[in-house]
Amino acid sequence: MSVRHALLALLTEGPKFGFRLREEFEQRTGDVWPLNVGQVYTTLQRLERDGLVESASEEGDSPQKDYAITDEGLREVHEWLRTPPAAIPPRDDLVIKVLVAVGMPGVDLPEVLQSHRRRLVELMQTYTRLKEDTPDDVRVALVVDAEIFRLDALIRWVDSAHARVNAMPPAAVSEPATGKATTGTVAVER
Amino acid sequence: MIPGVELKGVSKTYGEGATEVHALHGVDLRVMPGELVAVMGASGSGKSTLLTIAGTLEDPTSGTVTVAGTDVAGLSRNDRARLRRQAIGYVFQDFNLLAGLSVVENVSLPLELDGVSLSKARTVSLEALERMGVADHASRFPDQLSGGERQRVAVARAVVGKRDLLLADEPTGALDSVNGESVMRMLRAACQDGVAGVVVTHDAQLASWAHRVVFIRDGLIVDQTRPQATAETLLAQEDSA
Repeated sequence: MSVRHALLALLTEGPKFGFRLREEFEQRTGDVWPLNVGQVYTTLQRLERDGLVESASEEGDSPQKDYAITDEGLREVHEWLRTPPAAIPPRDDLVIKVLVAVGMPGVDLPEVLQSHRRRLVELMQTYTRLKEDTPDDVRVALVVDAEIFRLDALIRWVDSAHARVNAMPPAAVSEPATGKATTGTVAVER
Repeated sequence: MIPGVELKGVSKTYGEGATEVHALHGVDLRVMPGELVAVMGASGSGKSTLLTIAGTLEDPTSGTVTVAGTDVAGLSRNDRARLRRQAIGYVFQDFNLLAGLSVVENVSLPLELDGVSLSKARTVSLEALERMGVADHASRFPDQLSGGERQRVAVARAVVGKRDLLLADEPTGALDSVNGESVMRMLRAACQDGVAGVVVTHDAQLASWAHRVVFIRDGLIVDQTRPQATAETLLAQEDSA
């Protein structure tokens, strides 16, 4: 998440103080990205250094400076809005854990998968609760939906991993040496 | 408090000998009034069998089913039908509304079958439709409504009168995510008014509206969610510039 570009976007509405920028940033992101005011001023100083904003006040380093966006800043923010986010490399922590588990003797893989499935559904419940508690806040819903869809993708991946493990040839599958009994339990050994 | 539904050691076997299929193995599940429980599992996991047994539409091979304090096994056919009409509301994926009846007639039908007067049944049904936000469509017919509106009517029908148990099988399956969400919001709200609810689904997003998610695999309950952290603790992480 680029605080730098989000602050720049807020300045397209007109010059603003740092404190007000912080308030508006938190409001616009559904209060889910807390910012400290120091972070806002550091970012503004860097934006000024790069020629993307200018301070309207003549009073030196007073924190009550009004910041305004420059033409260069305006070009930058419009370009940023349309720039796709950086691609995420396929190194998801969960995928790595399950890949490691597939190669380990004595690991009850369905039980490992179920523990992740449960945790992901619990997280999703927490986010859904947030949406339930704020039915009219479209910004909260947008932020929460993004997280819920991400969790949903992981849960679907866990489900499909489970189905793939169940469909593995019997030679690669045997009863676990130890571990809690769950129906359909298989262990994968190499 | 009496559970809305309680399954104890419920097993279900279809067929015999070589064709025998064990759909459920010793399932224990108790749902209290005010609680919505999601039963989550893949196709063939036994979740729909669990719902039809909880709804007294099918008998278990062994184990007991109690709905609002009544042991279902001891009931005559008529008493069981009455229990279904009075205590249990069903919501299905394909809505199951009667095409020849108007929206309000669909909702009031179970009350009328129970001998509630026509005018009283209509008043109570309109209140239920109002709660679901579809009272404006009361005199329309099901085929004049969108999928989302039809499902809201189906939820109104399921909660009308004083029900103890609300059962839903993939109730948002045919809906887009925003309409599906509003149906789940209503199911959850209905349960919070004091009904015990069970929804079966393979969909985590739908299940996440439940207070508790129970995981079923190969006819056995293998796990369930625990009480969650508050959203604030998840979100209160500062971001850097």
